Amino acid sequence: MSDPGVQAPATSGAGDVALRVWRGDADTGAYQDYSVPKQEGMVVLDAIHAIQATQANDLAVRWNCKAGKCGSCSAEVNGMPVLMCMTRLDSLDLDKPITVAPMRAFPSIRDLVTDVSWNYAANQQIPPFQAGKMSAEEQARGEFRMAQQDVDRVQEFRKCIECFLCQDVCHVLRDAQRKDAFFGPRFMIRIAGLEMHPKDSADRLPMAKDRAGVGYCNITKCCTEVCPEHIKITDNGIIPLKERVADRYYDPVTRLWHALRGKT
Amino acid sequence: MSSLTTHRYDVVVVGAGGAGLRAAIEASARGAKTALVCKSLLGKAHTVMAEGGIAAALRNADARDNWKVHFRDTMRGGKFLNHWRMAQLHAQEAPQRVRELEMWGAVYDRTADGWINQRNFGGHAYPRLAHVGDRTGLEIIRTLQDKGVHSGIDVFMEHTVTRLLKAEGRVAGAVGYERSTGRFVLFQAPAVVLATGGIGRCYSITSNSWEYTGDGQALAYLAGADLMDMEFVQFHPTGMVWPPSVKGLLVTEGVRGEGGILRNGNGERFMFKYIPEMFKAETADTEEEAKRWLEGDKKARRPPELLTRDVVARAIWAEVRAGRGSPHGGVFLDISWRDAEYVQRKLPSMYHQFKELAGVDITKEPMEVGPTMHYMMGGIRVDAESAMSAVPGLFAAGEAAAGLHGANRLGGNSLSDLLVFGQRAGQAAAAWATKNKPLEPAQAEVQAAVQEALAPLERAEGENPYAVAHDLQEAMQKLVGMIRARKDLDEAVERVAALRGRAANVAIKGGRIYNPGWHAAQDLRNLLVVAEAIARSAQTREESRGAHTRDDFPKTDEGKWSQVNVVCRQGQGGMQVSLEPLPAWPDDARAIITAKLEEVTTPGVAV
Repeated sequence: MSDPGVQAPATSGAGDVALRVWRGDADTGAYQDYSVPKQEGMVVLDAIHAIQATQANDLAVRWNCKAGKCGSCSAEVNGMPVLMCMTRLDSLDLDKPITVAPMRAFPSIRDLVTDVSWNYAANQQIPPFQAGKMSAEEQARGEFRMAQQDVDRVQEFRKCIECFLCQDVCHVLRDAQRKDAFFGPRFMIRIAGLEMHPKDSADRLPMAKDRAGVGYCNITKCCTEVCPEHIKITDNGIIPLKERVADRYYDPVTRLWHALRGKT
Repeated sequence: MSSLTTHRYDVVVVGAGGAGLRAAIEASARGAKTALVCKSLLGKAHTVMAEGGIAAALRNADARDNWKVHFRDTMRGGKFLNHWRMAQLHAQEAPQRVRELEMWGAVYDRTADGWINQRNFGGHAYPRLAHVGDRTGLEIIRTLQDKGVHSGIDVFMEHTVTRLLKAEGRVAGAVGYERSTGRFVLFQAPAVVLATGGIGRCYSITSNSWEYTGDGQALAYLAGADLMDMEFVQFHPTGMVWPPSVKGLLVTEGVRGEGGILRNGNGERFMFKYIPEMFKAETADTEEEAKRWLEGDKKARRPPELLTRDVVARAIWAEVRAGRGSPHGGVFLDISWRDAEYVQRKLPSMYHQFKELAGVDITKEPMEVGPTMHYMMGGIRVDAESAMSAVPGLFAAGEAAAGLHGANRLGGNSLSDLLVFGQRAGQAAAAWATKNKPLEPAQAEVQAAVQEALAPLERAEGENPYAVAHDLQEAMQKLVGMIRARKDLDEAVERVAALRGRAANVAIKGGRIYNPGWHAAQDLRNLLVVAEAIARSAQTREESRGAHTRDDFPKTDEGKWSQVNVVCRQGQGGMQVSLEPLPAWPDDARAIITAKLEEVTTPGVAV
């Protein structure tokens, strides 16, 4: 359904760019070849939009902000899990077609769109923030008093845009398909962010150990490598969380202490 | 006949950005069985893109501040066309809404004393914006999302609402479909809250995402509600201009709040030439004074870069038109004079955005920026206290609603708008649902709505929906952009009518399972309703005020036009436009609005 009313992006004399885009549904699919005019500064999502507007109106893709802020347009470009809106064509080898595939760790819905509902179900099982005891001064003001340096780490985790690229590359979720046992890196840092919040009063270590399965992470750091927000997921989030769990459950002195206090 | 699933609720909230989430949390907390319906995945709504901060007179960064100063700033920023009561409620309630989020787990940046930090922004007399670097919207939406999913709300992600249903003259529910399956759903409810956001996709250069297709405005209009102030479309002064792929992408006002300086192609700091009379007393008139203010001298006045968005956007436009632009048709915005580490800490996503998408290191070189369509001040006309529209049982909050911002919105007042009026709408909708029993919508209406949605799939040949949307965007950008004139506006109204004919003939290939072509076809009706309302309202208002600039009526009128809102509603022969008087200001509000700044600041604060 090509239409002359839709202007193809103006070319800068650099010619066309070739793409191989995964087309398919929940059961079956195949790569299909497309070609669109190249434009200066173009990102992969621009190329996908050009295909959608001029050649395949029904090409399914999720996107919202096109600015790296919402985490919707996650895909595997030349096999690398990335945000399509932040991947410039000139960062790729254009001598061969650019391959664009959906995230493989999640079930396919159509084309580049996957079913990520499992992530929302996992998140729902994490006890939310629970405000702890406040000083008289804090109560009067209705605010917490917290030093910036004490919330820096929590803020690092809260930069997460839920693109789920870390979940996509996690061996436990992608290769072993153990979504039943492990919540994945995204929700490890969510739990870590709540546990490290200076004013939170809930205890999530039992669920981090059991239901969320922090022990399943074997620290390959693939998640950290693909995080578009550059969050040090493994070093700053998962390892400290593992240490907290280990201290409580596996350190003999702490275990005795908790046994005496009646905590498991 | 297409099958359809029916859900029954007390309150249905359409849209899951800040306003929708806050409304749903409130309705649910008040005992209403609540559904939250949104076009995207939860947490991806446009609120996530808000950068600079949320305005509330917390008085943490400058104790001279208080709600009266915030109220006065909002009215002046809106060029006095705001609904005074909405502006008052907003200024009074924003602090408690901001602090409430902290109790729900939001982690704002801190002052040296450990309280919520606040930064400067355009049009706000004092540092007032609570923020988290330059990703404040993400913090707010994630906090509300995590609160919301533990509040007993049923969330319908990736669902599009296509029609509101009425019975006995009031709301009875809504019809929509699930995007991933194409299955239709009927929501029956005595109260519906529209929190669907803005209309950016009417324009080609915009900071807005695909979702901003004016759904709420159009749904309300088609159900008989009023649209008000639709001529007031905010062009944010600083969007990216290069490379073409990112043209229009937002550059946060926080850059200027942190000391960013605007210069033209000749290196001139031009904003000193564009200080309006109304702001002269409160704005620095030399570079030396502006510098002292940035260094923290509380006796110095604010730099002119922090004038309101309408003023800065028009100044940039004028510089470019006069041939003093930057190489790619914008101007320069420079923060590189500040310490690199500070810039990366306070503006991290701007740093990455320019580094990764434009190859520019903003700690070392200036950015190129120009105006980009950003926000709709107008929208659904609502009652100030309850957020109810002219249709009983239909509520609206956030960008979809009109009134708070008048002719121009101040930066930071949008996020606080979402929370203040989201909460109010949720409360009022829950109360309404307890007093009004649910009604059965007429089956014929339900089926007509389903048929309307399916029509593009049933046409064998016809228009490409992307082509129709593209042509509308080009027309609106060219004819109803920042600077307007009668001839262009007349042409725009004609073009919109012609495009409506093309939209009625859109044909979609493929099925109903996650078919973006089909989704885009649904958007067209809404985009065209909104575009017509903008063009007709702009045609009607024969003056320049706030974000509405008429080349043929360049002056702000202190007579007739200062006293009326332009209202659009559905009539027998199509869209009817009328002028309706502004609500009168009571004496106490008038005294604050017209006071000098020093007369409303908190007394006894040492400077």
